[in-house]
Amino acid sequence: MKALLIARRELSAYLRTLSGYVVIAVILALNGLFFNAYALGGASKRSAEVLSQFFYYSSGFTIVASVFISMRLLAEERQTGTLPLLYSSPLRDRDIVLGKFLAGLAFLSLYVLCTLYMPVLVLVNGKVSFGHVAAGYLGLLLLGSASLAVGTFGSALARNQLLAAITSAVMLVALILCWLLARITEQPLADVFSAMSLWNQHFPPFQSGLIHVRDVVYYLVVTYVALFAATRVLEARRWR
Amino acid sequence: MIQVEGLTKYYGEHAAIRDLAFTIGQGEVIGFLGLNGAGKSTTLKVLGCVLLPTAGRVVIDGHDVVSNAHEVRQRIGYLPDVPPLYEEMTVGEYLTYVARLRGVTARDTTARVGEAEEKTGLREVDGELISTLSHGYRQRVGVAQALVHKPALLILDEPTSGLDPRQIVEMRDVIRGLKGTHTVLVSSHILPEISQTCDRLLIIHKGTLVAQGTEEELGRKMGGGGSIELEVRGDRARALEVLKPFGAVDVDRAADGVLSLTLRASPDERPRVAQAVVGAGLELLRLDQGAGQLESIFLRLTHGQEVRA
Repeated sequence: MKALLIARRELSAYLRTLSGYVVIAVILALNGLFFNAYALGGASKRSAEVLSQFFYYSSGFTIVASVFISMRLLAEERQTGTLPLLYSSPLRDRDIVLGKFLAGLAFLSLYVLCTLYMPVLVLVNGKVSFGHVAAGYLGLLLLGSASLAVGTFGSALARNQLLAAITSAVMLVALILCWLLARITEQPLADVFSAMSLWNQHFPPFQSGLIHVRDVVYYLVVTYVALFAATRVLEARRWR
Repeated sequence: MIQVEGLTKYYGEHAAIRDLAFTIGQGEVIGFLGLNGAGKSTTLKVLGCVLLPTAGRVVIDGHDVVSNAHEVRQRIGYLPDVPPLYEEMTVGEYLTYVARLRGVTARDTTARVGEAEEKTGLREVDGELISTLSHGYRQRVGVAQALVHKPALLILDEPTSGLDPRQIVEMRDVIRGLKGTHTVLVSSHILPEISQTCDRLLIIHKGTLVAQGTEEELGRKMGGGGSIELEVRGDRARALEVLKPFGAVDVDRAADGVLSLTLRASPDERPRVAQAVVGAGLELLRLDQGAGQLESIFLRLTHGQEVRA
């Protein structure tokens, strides 16, 4: 499986260069600060509420992390001139995209894993249901996977990593802001925009420990569509 | 091995190559020669399945590069103009990765990487990070990645660019060592390398193929019998008049009363040229055999263009 080969190389590149760790460290620090200030702070709350707040803030940081993790995926290959190596090897374009995406997802999972200390802290001082934590983390991973796929698409489009990050961020913000469009449009358009929104309708159930099939399907569909688009971009690039 | 017909590639409105046609046989070492921007890299990118052509047909080992690219890719090794290297990997890791990517089985990989390192003289840097390598070594790693999976066809885009003279000689030896086991297509804008390593030459200029053949064939076709370079002090008109009977004369430079001339005539004519010049009362400062035959052919084919060595 060529995609796994690409994924393994990409992941080892993440682990060997400093930039990946810097991204994880900075975002983890911010996530921790928000947890301390907002989820734990204020009036006394029930554990489930703290946990819900933790997932609320973590979801935002997961999106940010996925932008920074995905920006290098394809844009860096283009920047350093290694893309011809992949293009001239017996690979399908989807293997390239899938391999890159999987490496990014593995690295993002490492970040998500690092946040686990916060629910553990809640557990120490209160009562936490395992199901709630599991559902929340499933949500984080699904949201991360969708954002990372959009980031992979952005990385395929852009000439360098900075442009890739900007492109991906713009696309993600647009997806998130669909819920604002939903508020100002009439039915049935409002429902469509609301359902399209990356966060508004689909993440809160996970946050409070609920797993709905439609939310899972939504994130998987976004992942698939974005990766498919990235594949087409790679194909199209051969004509230029 | 390679059949190219009517190959054309446009970048927007600009045609990088137009209506190229050539064939390359099994086991040949072909030199692809042209000035910078002549369309060499574009042609090689199409052959390397990195770029799709606007029009025309390219068949490699019986497979079309557009409709059957996957089959073609299993048979080629391609070194782009910039070696595609991952800085954070060691040479050994990198070659192993490329070998696996190109379909070498896990069992054969170590042996193949070893062979490739042997051929390109990379044995001693196997464990070093690519980011720490000198330009010459990086270029060699580029060649090694192209041949690690023993492809039938090797496409090397300017493997000697940016190397110092000693490294150029070493690279030439590497390419010569590939003769017999691979079909090789090497591009260059530096003439001596091509003439010394290749069986046959394709000369491309402004996107079209202007000549092809062995060095002798090209020489005969162009009616070239070499050239003589000379420097003469004295009257310009007189000098040209005296040299005219020997062949066409180009004035390369004229400064402070000294003329630098190129005479299209066999170098065997030198004694008679010297006599004629001195006999006409001109001062002969230098008399030399002109640049290599190939070089003069190349310069004539690409006449009127600035030539950057």
